[in-house]
Amino acid sequence: MSPNQGVHPAPVQSPRARLTVRVVGIAAAVGVALTVWLGLWVTPPDQVQGNLVRLVYLHPGVAWVALYLAFGLAAVASLLYLWPRTRSLFWDRLAAAAVEVGVVFNVCTLISGSIWGKPTWGVYWAWDARLTSTAVLLVLFLGYLALRRVPAEPEVRAKRSAFVALFASVDVPIVHFSVLWWKTLHQGATVLNPDLSPTIHGSMAWTLLLSFVALSLVFVWMLLVRYRIGVLEDWLGSGELDVALRERQAEGMIDDEDEAA
Amino acid sequence: MWRDSVLVAGKDLRIEARSKVALSQVAPFGVVALVMFAFALGPDRSLMARGAPGLFWVAVLFCTVLAVQRSVSVESVDGARDGLRLSGIDPAGLFLGKAAAVAVQLVVLEVVLGLGVTLLYGARIEAPWLIAASCLLGTVGLAATGTLYGALSAGLRVKETLLPFLLLPIVAPVLLAGTRVWQAALAGGVPADGTQWLRLLVVFDAVYVALGVVVFGPIQEAA
Repeated sequence: MSPNQGVHPAPVQSPRARLTVRVVGIAAAVGVALTVWLGLWVTPPDQVQGNLVRLVYLHPGVAWVALYLAFGLAAVASLLYLWPRTRSLFWDRLAAAAVEVGVVFNVCTLISGSIWGKPTWGVYWAWDARLTSTAVLLVLFLGYLALRRVPAEPEVRAKRSAFVALFASVDVPIVHFSVLWWKTLHQGATVLNPDLSPTIHGSMAWTLLLSFVALSLVFVWMLLVRYRIGVLEDWLGSGELDVALRERQAEGMIDDEDEAA
Repeated sequence: MWRDSVLVAGKDLRIEARSKVALSQVAPFGVVALVMFAFALGPDRSLMARGAPGLFWVAVLFCTVLAVQRSVSVESVDGARDGLRLSGIDPAGLFLGKAAAVAVQLVVLEVVLGLGVTLLYGARIEAPWLIAASCLLGTVGLAATGTLYGALSAGLRVKETLLPFLLLPIVAPVLLAGTRVWQAALAGGVPADGTQWLRLLVVFDAVYVALGVVVFGPIQEAA
């Protein structure tokens, strides 16, 4: 039983929201299962990289979610929170959920990249431009999460976090260019290259595309679940305060009774 | 705004002139850091000379964290922060003033550390104007970001531990650019296009000074 049972009822999720989460979750699971099947059994091994190429169905998709979807969404949501007309805790919780899920995907990007890097480049970690900027991005947003853990009023915390997300977001292009000039080793973009013509073909291209969709769905599902947890956390936090206040009031009443006696 | 910033910068620099915290604690700390780097690298002078640009900037970053913490802590007692906010000083002026005071202290620190690098590591400067330009531009960026994060963390009980974690990754481009310009400016260094990196520093400075001028008021409300 939660400490604030009876003070505030738990915020209820509408049936439609619950259905959305479930549908997205099932779609994500099906998408991932299909990607695994196509990626491991149907698609051919690469001429140069052999079976290693199958990492292409994981690594770019995870990186896409981490670097563009999650942190892009966090930046937009933080801006919308800071903009007085659209200020609402909805954007704050959305940004927090996006960063948290984004950090998970970012770590997965670095891990899958390292696994790929060892056999192809000979090292787990290279000081390449993309690796370095991904790592800097991870540290920037870990700072955001650390700041969120500092106890504060929800509005104060929201504002503070939104500023940190904003400062970090404007830093991302600068970091990107600085490490790009600094050093580069990573292969160029395969699908999102400037003329938007994918440089791979056939079943591999389709599986790659499917992996992007599937991993994006996984992201959306995790985001929705994390958002719901954020709502419940805030509810629990405000409930604890109410309980503490009631206890203090109860203490005061006992003192009054003692004096009256 | 400009008059307010001069007032605030004057106040912070006067406090520093009387307390001499930056001069007697932060600058010696920077020198200690340079000596520690030398111990870590071993007594090979050519290795030190090659590492000099990066080590200089890392020492500057550490000193920036300390200078910013000092800049925040002078206003943490006796409700000085609330007093400043109630005094009617333009938040943009307050930001520029505090950043300018930090920048002035950092420039003095950089002179001390620059001397330390040339004396201790045997780095020979061949293009002084590149060194001066990178220091000035880097300092503006460090002071601006430092002041922004200092204000954000001012009300936190964990500010001493959180500030470096938040600030250092943000200023990574300053470290990269500053180091590369120094490498181009020192004798026997890696050839690099210094002016390209100076342009990056200009962009970094412009972005964060502009952001600070716009958002410093709301930041103070959030702290």
